[in-house]
Amino acid sequence: MRIGVVTFPGSLDDGDAARAARIAGAEAVRLWHGDPNLYGVDAVVLPGGFSYGDYLRCGAIARFAPAMESIIDAARGGLPVLGICNGFQILCEAHLLPGALTRNQHLHFRNRDQHLRIESTDTAWTNGFTPGQEVLIPVKNGEGCYVADERTLDALVAEGRVVARYTRGNPNGSQRDIAAITNEAGNVVGIMPHPEHAVEALTGPSLDGLGFFTSVLRALAGASAGGQQPGGQ
Amino acid sequence: MTTQPEKSTGFAATDVLVSEFDGGPDTVQRALSTPDELQPHTELGLKDDEYDRIRQILGRRPTAAELAMYSIMWSEHCSYKSSKVHLRQFGDKAPQNTRMLAGIGENAGVVQISDDLAVTFKVESHNHPSFVEPYQGAATGVGGIVRDILAMGARPIAVMDPLRFGAADHPDTARVLPGVVAGIGGYGNCLGLPNIGGEIVFDPTYQGNPLVNALSIGVLPVSRLQHKEAAGVGNVVVLLGARTGRDGIGGVSVLASATFDEEAEQRRPSVQVGDPFMEKLLIESCLELYDAGLVAGIQDLGGAGLTCALTETAAAAGTGMRVWLERVPLREASMSPTEILASESQERMLLIVTPQNLPSVLAVAEKWGVWATAIGEVTPAEPDGSPGRLVISWNDHVVVDVPPGSLADDGPVYARPIREPADLILLQADKAETLPRPSTGDELRETVLRMVASPNLCDKTWVTEQYDRYVLGNTVLAQPEDSGVLRIDERTGLGVALSVDGNGRFARLDPYEGAKLALAEAFRNVAVTGAEPVAVTDCLNFGSPEDPAVMWQFAEAVRGLADGCQQLGTPVTGGNVSFYNQTGAAAIHPTPVVGVLGVFDDVSRRIPMGFPVPAGDASAGEQIFLLGETAVELSGSEWAWVTHGHLGGRPPKVDLVREQRLGALMSRASQAGHVSAAHDLSDGGLAQVLVESCLRHDVGARIALPDDGTTSFVYLFSESAGRAVVSVPRGHDKAFVALAADYGVACTPIGTTTREPVLEVRGEFTIPLPELREAWSATLPALFGGTAEIAGRHGDPEHAANPSAPAGDRGDAVLVSAAAGAAMETAAPIEAPLAEAADEVVSVTLEIAEPEDAVPGGPIEPTED
Repeated sequence: MRIGVVTFPGSLDDGDAARAARIAGAEAVRLWHGDPNLYGVDAVVLPGGFSYGDYLRCGAIARFAPAMESIIDAARGGLPVLGICNGFQILCEAHLLPGALTRNQHLHFRNRDQHLRIESTDTAWTNGFTPGQEVLIPVKNGEGCYVADERTLDALVAEGRVVARYTRGNPNGSQRDIAAITNEAGNVVGIMPHPEHAVEALTGPSLDGLGFFTSVLRALAGASAGGQQPGGQ
Repeated sequence: MTTQPEKSTGFAATDVLVSEFDGGPDTVQRALSTPDELQPHTELGLKDDEYDRIRQILGRRPTAAELAMYSIMWSEHCSYKSSKVHLRQFGDKAPQNTRMLAGIGENAGVVQISDDLAVTFKVESHNHPSFVEPYQGAATGVGGIVRDILAMGARPIAVMDPLRFGAADHPDTARVLPGVVAGIGGYGNCLGLPNIGGEIVFDPTYQGNPLVNALSIGVLPVSRLQHKEAAGVGNVVVLLGARTGRDGIGGVSVLASATFDEEAEQRRPSVQVGDPFMEKLLIESCLELYDAGLVAGIQDLGGAGLTCALTETAAAAGTGMRVWLERVPLREASMSPTEILASESQERMLLIVTPQNLPSVLAVAEKWGVWATAIGEVTPAEPDGSPGRLVISWNDHVVVDVPPGSLADDGPVYARPIREPADLILLQADKAETLPRPSTGDELRETVLRMVASPNLCDKTWVTEQYDRYVLGNTVLAQPEDSGVLRIDERTGLGVALSVDGNGRFARLDPYEGAKLALAEAFRNVAVTGAEPVAVTDCLNFGSPEDPAVMWQFAEAVRGLADGCQQLGTPVTGGNVSFYNQTGAAAIHPTPVVGVLGVFDDVSRRIPMGFPVPAGDASAGEQIFLLGETAVELSGSEWAWVTHGHLGGRPPKVDLVREQRLGALMSRASQAGHVSAAHDLSDGGLAQVLVESCLRHDVGARIALPDDGTTSFVYLFSESAGRAVVSVPRGHDKAFVALAADYGVACTPIGTTTREPVLEVRGEFTIPLPELREAWSATLPALFGGTAEIAGRHGDPEHAANPSAPAGDRGDAVLVSAAAGAAMETAAPIEAPLAEAADEVVSVTLEIAEPEDAVPGGPIEPTED
């Protein structure tokens, strides 16, 4: 399986995402923001960082990159896409996910090891977890406060599209403690914390992040074996 | 000279710089025809005899641009004119070392760590800009040191920040510290460099002059080492990166080379403004250029901007250079040639490339969206073999024609007068060993709690949470660990450890020993992780060199550091001197800050600092040993300062042979797997180490101090050097004790770790860990506010009812705690004692709080089930 990782100008965790994909057993394929060709990858990760310096609004410029135009089309067709941190912000700007990520309520960048509860395992990126499972994954952001209007939030909850919530403290003020959400089909997931930083005992607080990457491999294997949509299990 | 009012910034040097617009630029030709024109050399910081020497070198008066260039390059900051005669010791006393690939004089020292890999590291000061404009000053400090690392051919892989502020509760510290921390985070985080350690020290001596030092480390294949020589006649001089603006003009000559006074506020235009995104692109484009072999020479633009880069690259090669200044891309078209040469705009590099490679260089720059402009070319040496000349024109006017070496290498050198400070004898006689001490168990208990809550010893999470420590995925240990530890090679496990330390109080009492103590501490911090210390970088922060007492402190500190490095076999590879750290006549404590680099053949054997959580059903804890010997050494200690506000006496003795033995023991022990945790003893002594080792993973300790005539108080609070605490798993204790004996390191069993969350010192006191944690972690949030758990809205009962909902801020913490009781235990960080500070903190919180309607969805909702 081949997982593409997009590098935008200002992407920072692209190498880490590629490493995580490799550790999970995939082939990591580096994609360039200016190249619309996705080289036939089976899934895509939009990594963390400060694309274009985040100078206009986080992710606002990156969504117009040639690579993103292809990814938006492919995601609508079912390609599994995981947006981490800046990647989550890009997915919201691209309208593949609802809502927006705003300045942390305490106005500081915050980096800590964060407990999350996996709320939905019906996505391409979380099917390897058990519902309600608690995981420990680093969070690090300055603009990670998830906001949406009440109706959207209600719908996300009702449709089981809240993928993960912060537990034991909300690090940024996200509404309803939302740390990750998915689209209706379950193939596109945006997550604020960084699973790619929790894949090795030597460098991470846990190995819990690996589950996101092994999940997508499982979804892809299932899809190719049974012709299923990657999102559904 | 006249001053154009609309361009006046209230800053004399700038006025002088822009005044050349009256009647066009001051050309070489004009200088020849107006030999007697009065020039503002004094305003630019040049002494009369220095000005005379410039006239002698040029055989005429300098042009306005040349005068500015000399004033910059001959400033204290660039020329090291006061420190040079002392710094030579670092070379003269340098121990034999086959690892050094580049040393002092290069942008940063380079140390080989394997057959094909090298690391480069350096620490630098950005003190004055950070006082004037904390955010940008600190941010561009990070940017500057990172470019030094980049210029050596390395990929920057981490940063560290030794920071020193005035009194923690002083109102101006509340202005400076949050800005500095945000600036370091804002720049480093956006650059994608993990921040893996540093220091945060408070002392009134730094009130008007905080110290913001920045360290960076990078890694490179040995074959990619870059040089700054502008070699190859006909090669093209390319300016890469940001456009040049008016920021930072006079930065090094005005800000860094003069004492602060009341007019500091007006110097804000001298502070550069950073753009970390541009720097990230600059890093990636330079690395791509190196790997493609497109670079013949490279130099970063930092302090002194183009002036420094052009003269140093040309001087290093002995060649000349021809530069067309009008080609430099500008942010403001009206900039004069002098301003272009003096600008310290950030995120720029100077490349020397062959004409054939120029198109490829421009293509790489375009790929990354970075400006690249050919602004000049390398010209031959003089026909008689002497170095070539640097000739700079601006729109066909030749404004500079100088021998580049006269700027870069042949600046003035002063052997300034030195004199021991008059008050030193009295200060050293006033020993802390005679101060009243706590004697009963209750008094000791109270002292421990008071000490761990003091600003220098308390939890620094408030600061370090604002830094990304994970990016790049190779951070093995980061703050609050003794050293930052990085994996360098995923394949082999090759790694490095880095620590940076200093103690201004010790250096004030005895600068020679103080410098050695700083070295010993950094060395020890690296050694206790199991790494082998191999090299040193230093940042020497002192007052005015024109004060003989300061100059004496400097001379002593350099001598101490050079002697220490010789003894330890760890050469100084590079660093930085920062003078004029004083407000009015009052100099800061002499503050040599020392960084030590260590190497791991296999980084997985690193030893962390926290006592490990007992595995499985293991009922018995691990054995805790105190390594090294404890003497009655309290002068200059944190205890004397916190409990008595006392500074006097002589600092602890330092024995570098013992430090080496301790280091060798720890390296061996980590290879044998005898030690599961190790923590060096320094500020705050054994008490502080026990608290930190317990709180790291909430593991208790039962301590029984030896009954050997040394009092519990001395054991707990003395700051004797050469010591560490280790935790040894059952089954390894005999072997470890034998190993310590082999290495000649005193090894005293002092207790065991325990599942029970308490710190007990038998016969004296017991403190539950939650009580310790509360005392330890409440201090900085209470002082600087802002980052406690996200505020629940006042009077929103749903918050209190739901344990997974965000905890309240300090303002409503009391309300929340009262309502929720035990359910909030994990989420609510604040308990009763902090409530005392509630009033004060609420006002801080409200100031920065977003308006109620900032969140489109309204108030935060509790979790739904």
